[in-house]
Amino acid sequence: MLEITRVAKAFHAGTPNEVRPLQGVSLTIPDRSFTIVIGTNGCGKTSLLNAVAGTFFVDDGSIHLDGHDITRWPEHRRAALIGRVFQNPFSGTAPTMTIAENFSLAVRRGLGRGLGPSLHRSLLVELTDRVRSLNMGLENRLQHAIGSLSGGQRQALTLLMATWRRPALLLLDEHTAALDPKSADLVIQLTDALIRREGLTTLMVTHAMPQAVHLGDRLVMMHRGRIVHDVSGAEKQRLRPGDLLDRFEDLRRQELLDPSAAALLQAAYV
Amino acid sequence: MTLVIGAWTMGIILALLAIGVYVSFRICDFSDITTDGSFTLGAAVVATLLVTGVSPLAATGASFLAGAFAGCLTGILHMRCKIHGLLAGILVMTALYSVNLHVMGKSNVPLLSTDTLGTYAEKIGVQLAGGQPSLHVWGWEVATKEVAALGAVIGLVLVIAAVLYWFLHTNLGTALRATGDNPQMIRALGVNVGTMMTMGLALANGLVALSGALLAQYQGFADVQMGIGMIVLGLASVIIGEALVGTKQVGLAIAGAVMGALLFRLMVGLALRWGLNPNDLKFMTAFFVFLALILPGWVTKVWKTRSAESLHA
Repeated sequence: MLEITRVAKAFHAGTPNEVRPLQGVSLTIPDRSFTIVIGTNGCGKTSLLNAVAGTFFVDDGSIHLDGHDITRWPEHRRAALIGRVFQNPFSGTAPTMTIAENFSLAVRRGLGRGLGPSLHRSLLVELTDRVRSLNMGLENRLQHAIGSLSGGQRQALTLLMATWRRPALLLLDEHTAALDPKSADLVIQLTDALIRREGLTTLMVTHAMPQAVHLGDRLVMMHRGRIVHDVSGAEKQRLRPGDLLDRFEDLRRQELLDPSAAALLQAAYV
Repeated sequence: MTLVIGAWTMGIILALLAIGVYVSFRICDFSDITTDGSFTLGAAVVATLLVTGVSPLAATGASFLAGAFAGCLTGILHMRCKIHGLLAGILVMTALYSVNLHVMGKSNVPLLSTDTLGTYAEKIGVQLAGGQPSLHVWGWEVATKEVAALGAVIGLVLVIAAVLYWFLHTNLGTALRATGDNPQMIRALGVNVGTMMTMGLALANGLVALSGALLAQYQGFADVQMGIGMIVLGLASVIIGEALVGTKQVGLAIAGAVMGALLFRLMVGLALRWGLNPNDLKFMTAFFVFLALILPGWVTKVWKTRSAESLHA
């Protein structure tokens, strides 16, 4: 279970460039919950993921995961509990290393790294099976540099790497945003199937309304560093993209957005 | 022939420097200026220990450790103190100049009357040659000690290259390679990037210092200025090696660094033989590196242009 309690963060505090992406965010995500986070640009959704992942330490509040207070844990230590897929397909893999070598790194996420061989026969056999399950034909290219693959292929492999050792929490940061529509669909299908099959506790940030309404069992909307909408269960299942747009329109009416920003939102989401 | 064997021996010794620079420059993706200081540090430590009676093997090992310590310092300055990598290297290199003077107690320590690894190699070589002080190589008479020294450094470099190849394919070594390739990714997989980078720089500078220690023993002295320009020499070797064998496989890249060091030494030897003023050596070294950096790009560009033109023709 992930418990985020009154988390706050300010960048460039006390300067004219001060930005406060998180302003007292509290959120509890039970085990096996698949939670979607949406919001406008700069609303704090990626900052929320980064705060959980440990990219930066929060100024205030606490973060507990799987019974551990990870608030002051460095990023690499949190990685023992957290699997992560980045927005940029190039961020999640080591491009000059082979597919097999990349997986040999993922296999030991959270474990010590000694002087044993990174690649061995049993790993290669299991890797071939798992990569074959992607139906991308990559099982025959395990010795190729991962940098030679397309963004969609890399993102699918990154997802597989992040979940090779079952994480206590899977973080997905707009992981299809940089892909073409066909590749994005493929990766989303794979994501949904993997999360359902493994029962993974997942926090996923997205900009795409269809993904937000069709995926997951809970939806959280953020605005200006705060959670402004939180739906789950039957209410989440009934949710339609139009409902979310209405919600954004409500926010505009509450003078949290100006009309030009709302027009941009419409253009971006519809 | 003795001159040729001497040049090869020097080239092989400097191949260790090239391997060290390969580790920092390519594996860690870190331009490490510490090299100039740690090369001299290795020579200074080994020379000082040898003249105080320490065994050559122990003294050479100590020089590796001293270099590794210098690399650690650069890593700590960069990763913990958040000092820019280039500046961290410059700071340690500058500090090492004074350290090296303190270690040696003067600017030059001769080793002519001291037992070195070369003495061991000579004893073994003479024994293997049946007590002959000289050998006939392709019709040339060569001192056995020269051949023994060459054989010893070839053996040592082969062993070190093999150990490095093995290490870079272990879990730890693979994580080190990934640290240079994509630190964001490896951090997300639970690896402490700061520790990895520090370890990589320690390894790189340990190898560089080892090269300095061997060179001091081979040429019979350690000098406080012998490290000047070594980073450029190492880079030249790595870049020439990459032009020869590519960069895709670790094994090939290590072999390339060794070949690059030898080829570079050959180029320098030829340049001197053709009348190059020794004062211009550093300038020519920098010019070689410049050419090695830009030529592959130019050649590819010309090749692509010609291919495109022939397609349109």
